[in-house]
Amino acid sequence: MMARHKRLWMVVGILAGVSVAAWLGTQAFRSNVMFFFDPTQIAAGEAPPDKRFRLGGMVEKGSVQKTAGTMDVKFLVTDFRHTVPVTYTGMLPDLFREGQGVVAHGHMNHGVFVADEILAKHDEKYMPPEVAKSLKDNPPPPNITTGS
Amino acid sequence: MIPELGQFALVLALLMAAAQAVFGLWGAHRGDPRWLAVVRPAVAGQFVLMSTAVGVLIYAFVSFDFSVLYVASNSNSALPTFYRVAALWGAHEGSLLLWGWILALWTLAVAAFSRHLPASFASRVMGVLGVVSFGFLLFTLYTSNPFARLLPAPADGRDLNPVLQDPALAIHPPLLYMGYVGMAVAYAFACAAMLEGKLDQTWARWTRPWTTVAWCFLSVGIALGSWWAYYELGWGGYWFWDPVENASFMPWLVGTALIHSLAVTEKRGLFKSWTLLLAILAFSLSLLGTFLVRSGVLVSVHSFAADPSRGMFILGFLVCMIGGALILYAWRAPLLKSPAGFDVTAREAFLLYNNIALVLGALVVFIGTLAPLVNDALGMQSISVGPGWFKYSFPYVAVALVALVSVGIHAAWKRGRLGENRRRLWIGLGAGAFAGLLIVFGAYQWERALSTIGIVCGCWVIVSSLFDPIDRWRRKLTLPRAIIGMTIAHIGLGVCVIAICAVESYTVERDVPLAPGETVAMGRYAYRFDTLEPVEGPNYDGVRAQVTVLRDGQPITVLHPEKRNYWVQRSTMTEAGIHARWNMDLFVAMGEDLGAGRWSVRAQLRPLIDYVWLAAFLMALGGAIAASDPRYRIRQPIADHQAAATGAAEAT
Repeated sequence: MMARHKRLWMVVGILAGVSVAAWLGTQAFRSNVMFFFDPTQIAAGEAPPDKRFRLGGMVEKGSVQKTAGTMDVKFLVTDFRHTVPVTYTGMLPDLFREGQGVVAHGHMNHGVFVADEILAKHDEKYMPPEVAKSLKDNPPPPNITTGS
Repeated sequence: MIPELGQFALVLALLMAAAQAVFGLWGAHRGDPRWLAVVRPAVAGQFVLMSTAVGVLIYAFVSFDFSVLYVASNSNSALPTFYRVAALWGAHEGSLLLWGWILALWTLAVAAFSRHLPASFASRVMGVLGVVSFGFLLFTLYTSNPFARLLPAPADGRDLNPVLQDPALAIHPPLLYMGYVGMAVAYAFACAAMLEGKLDQTWARWTRPWTTVAWCFLSVGIALGSWWAYYELGWGGYWFWDPVENASFMPWLVGTALIHSLAVTEKRGLFKSWTLLLAILAFSLSLLGTFLVRSGVLVSVHSFAADPSRGMFILGFLVCMIGGALILYAWRAPLLKSPAGFDVTAREAFLLYNNIALVLGALVVFIGTLAPLVNDALGMQSISVGPGWFKYSFPYVAVALVALVSVGIHAAWKRGRLGENRRRLWIGLGAGAFAGLLIVFGAYQWERALSTIGIVCGCWVIVSSLFDPIDRWRRKLTLPRAIIGMTIAHIGLGVCVIAICAVESYTVERDVPLAPGETVAMGRYAYRFDTLEPVEGPNYDGVRAQVTVLRDGQPITVLHPEKRNYWVQRSTMTEAGIHARWNMDLFVAMGEDLGAGRWSVRAQLRPLIDYVWLAAFLMALGGAIAASDPRYRIRQPIADHQAAATGAAEAT
């Protein structure tokens, strides 16, 4: 009798432990997953208004504005059909350049994407896969060259 | 003409691998010694041919043969000789060639040091390695021939990716591959045992040193890669949960579980099925690592190849290798019976808990790394999993693991009455808590519970692992290398945990705009941006800053961070300025010219960060010492001599 009770409690304990761990894990996972949107989706209002997400596209040529002597930078991210203005304060990656692919993490604020992290891979040929897919699925109008 | 010789050698090596697989596996099945006699020569032949292929490609690099596409893509006449050799593994095709060569090297080692094993078993091991080699060489020749020509030859090459032009990165891939591919040996031993239908304690004894040595290489390889990311990428951290890093971390975690599970199988004849499964899993994750890095399917900061069609081949290969092994497992594992039970507080039980924690940790990394890929494959919305997932989930598993190690170290085999060791447990915990809290409140301050618990647990592991050796020393007992190695590795684990907690909680970092003459203050320290001057290297130019570090207003050192522009690839690179003190790194990296005379500057104080890598080397050293234990050596005098030679090679 004692042994059976003991085993029962052990099974209950293990089940409870596993459930709690699984629940915590799911919560942690959900709060750390970030979705990807391109400028066209943002123009269509698909991006969540109050959640962080990933914005990807090309840095529009001639759009990068820096305030001299500070780390504030503004630029436009485009998929050649729509553009999204982006603001960022901080160090830019070495490969951040006009006319090249970029992925930014951040949130929308009154039509402006406030980035807290800018990613650009350490590879000259780099085009973020998501950006490449977005451009492939929705090819830009033929009169625009992608510059890559 | 010469590059074609390399390709020809590669084709012949493929045939040799086929011969090795067929004669090894089928010969053992038929029990025909004439067939088995072919296996070792095939292994040797394959190694010679692979070495020829590697030699030819190195020659092409060194002699500026830009008519070879791979050389033209990854080298340049201005590239220093050292990097022209290292450029061999600077991209996809050459890395595969290196993978194949290292596999041939491991197989050669198996052929040389397996003469004391039963002939059929040794042949099966080499046969399985032959299958792996055949698949990889086929992949290399079919999708990624490193000797492909580029005609007409360009006048000059496109240069090696500048981030790879660094000594640590030049040796990091070979070491990492030694670890990855070494897991193939454990896998082959597991498959051979299943084919034989015999898996006993001697099997575990044969497998252990191979697995441990592979694990040591993996540890050092990962540590070097992490160190490189720290100072070369200019981000100033030791781990970014980047998919490429995770790809190497998963086999390490499972490999760690495997070497502990093997210990139980050897000592007590338990966990046989579990050990087999871990051996299959460790190699599968190594292959997956190659797949993840080389197919470019993941959004990663530093995977430098992108070609999904190759991914399909590796995926197929992966399915064959894992699927085949698992079918074999399903067929054979029911035959394996474990002879005895054990208490829930015995050493076996604690090793089981530690295995569960390690596999759980690998699962956390696996989910975070592959969720985006799975989501993508299912055609769902593109997602990414942020570092937050790992930073939230992994520490709990790690702390649980470290606490389990601290307790489990005292448990005895079979009948672990923890009560008998209660004194040691409490003394260990007390001393660990005292030392840990002394570190937290003496050197730093209260930051958060988790890092305090982590530091205490780290100290606890170190104290706990010292009990047994000290006890043996006081009682004038022998101290086998296995125990010395284990102690050093566990101390490494403790150091690693303490260092990671300190870095995570007590780092001071500032990203600020600075003009020459201006200072950024960080606690007792301050960085003064003095001057900026142009520099020129063999294949780049750039600027170099002079930054003086002040402590309590007194200058203590001068740092020289650089910003380089590599001419050929026209890419910008950051060279961080780092000064290592015994208790922290002073780190500074240049951002960009902000105009108005200012530069963005990343200034950091990273406490104990060097101990993270030191800990990895300690673990590897411990593994090497344990693997060199005479217990694993063979009785026959000739074989004994060979094993001693391995031991010496491993220890260095």
